[in-house]
Amino acid sequence: MLSQNKPVKQLVILSGKGGTGKTCLTAALVHLSSQSKTKSIFVDADVDAANLALVVEAKNIETRAFNSSKLAHIDPDLCNNCNKCYEVCRYNAIKIPSNSNESYKVIDLLCDGCASCVYICPQSAIEMVEQQDGEWYFSSSPYGPLFHAELFPAAENTGKLVTLIKQHARLFAEDHNEYPLIIIDGPPGIGCPVISSSAGVDLALLVAEPGLSGLHDLERIIKTLAHFKIPIVICVNKANLYSKGTREILQMAASENITIIGEIPFDNAIPESMARGMPVTKFLPNSPASKEIESVWIEIQKEIFKAE
Amino acid sequence: MIKIAIASGKGGTGKTMVATSMAFSLAKEHNIQFLDCDVEAPNAHLFLKPEISEVKPAVINVPKIDYNQCILCSRCVDICEFNALAMLGEKIFVFEQLCHGCGSCTIHCPVNAISETPRKIGELNIGNFINDHRYLYGELTISEPMPTPIIRQLKALIREEVEIAILDSPPGASCSVVATLHDADYVILVTEPTPFGLHDLKQMLGVIAQTGSPAGVIINRDGIGDSNLEDYLATTQFPILLKIPYQENIAVGLATGRLLIDILPEIKDAFTDMFLAIKSTLETEVGV
Repeated sequence: MLSQNKPVKQLVILSGKGGTGKTCLTAALVHLSSQSKTKSIFVDADVDAANLALVVEAKNIETRAFNSSKLAHIDPDLCNNCNKCYEVCRYNAIKIPSNSNESYKVIDLLCDGCASCVYICPQSAIEMVEQQDGEWYFSSSPYGPLFHAELFPAAENTGKLVTLIKQHARLFAEDHNEYPLIIIDGPPGIGCPVISSSAGVDLALLVAEPGLSGLHDLERIIKTLAHFKIPIVICVNKANLYSKGTREILQMAASENITIIGEIPFDNAIPESMARGMPVTKFLPNSPASKEIESVWIEIQKEIFKAE
Repeated sequence: MIKIAIASGKGGTGKTMVATSMAFSLAKEHNIQFLDCDVEAPNAHLFLKPEISEVKPAVINVPKIDYNQCILCSRCVDICEFNALAMLGEKIFVFEQLCHGCGSCTIHCPVNAISETPRKIGELNIGNFINDHRYLYGELTISEPMPTPIIRQLKALIREEVEIAILDSPPGASCSVVATLHDADYVILVTEPTPFGLHDLKQMLGVIAQTGSPAGVIINRDGIGDSNLEDYLATTQFPILLKIPYQENIAVGLATGRLLIDILPEIKDAFTDMFLAIKSTLETEVGV
């Protein structure tokens, strides 16, 4: 059945550097959205360190396995210790047995899943075995529906898992026309899961932290998003903690023609609200941080729906 | 050589702060090599201010097809697990950004029509900090998705004869973290006493359970949150190596590129003591 709805808009929250306040800000935006006309579905795309569910009173509705990667497995009964798998493996993932009673083994942590060993093995003793890399969840919250996931420790395919939960959020939006927006809490860095989080979004909100590291990483995430032609706005967090650093961010944004849509002051209300497991705008709506985030939310709605 | 990695599930908990102060504290009496493995967002050089003397390309070796030799059997397309090769019409195409550089297509081409050519995905920066301590950092090129080959190539530059290697890990608990930690002798996990800090630490303990290295925990921003983190750690065998207080002047000092040991001089000895404790743990473990 064809949907008659306008396509849902997507906002991603990113930072380059970790720990600048992406999740705190996302939780507050999600709370404000639930009280405004722009209701939203939200996605926690930081599947290595998924924390959004901890601060939005999430109640799990559905859990599904995420099976994606494949790892080589050697059948010890068929292996004749010819060493060919060891020779072709570029990841040092084949363990040579220490005595003749043992057979060759694959070190799972190092296996990249390329299957080169499978095709070289003259005994056909190696096969690729599908792995469960994590779980993904659909949850409800007082602020809207949440799609999130946990990658198992040391597992692979973060990018694919992010793409999967974003896809489910979009399908949900198509079936439920009361949600014009998807808010995505992104991972740190600039690599694979960041690129997956940003694919197809209408706007990226960057949470910038004043200081040398914050500025350095902000420049790298801006370049990454510019490469993929994604529109950017910046919100400075802990802006009054180091005002010279905040000025540097403002200067850089001006030179790159990027709008600064807010300067959230350092405010103890934020760590306190996180410890209580709720968005700061709900915990202390009149705190300085909450007031500023309210205006950030207004600016975001203007920015993301401005073409209409 | 002792290889110590500094990691955390959550970002921004203070990995680089710990790694740089530890390197600086140990550099007086020991020979150090420092590796910034957070190739997506490398920042330790902003604090240790190394002099970079050499920049090498970090590469993935991607297939190059000799079309005069290729018999269009599509074996390479069939065996590539990453969909980096495709037959379109009468020609094999390579999608370089999908290639992991595993070499499977090269090895299994029946007519040896595939050779490999390096594709640059980042840089390996090599230099010195303080006097002649070795400093290495990787940097992923903007818009490239794969950090792990850079981390592997960076680690290949580790010198066995240097006494201590300090590895500053990227955040998270997946491939790039495993690439950094898997052969570490000891892992220092930096976290904070908040619900996020505890949740992400548990992810990291799951990684440690698989790599098998001994580990200890540094609690940063001590005083900011609740006691759940320490209550939880008390149920495990992981020691608390150090607590770093939550103070505004530390945040400000770090923002300007100062080392923790300069902002909080009284903590200087804590890093050398921590290293001695780690060393004695390792000696007990291997039964030296």
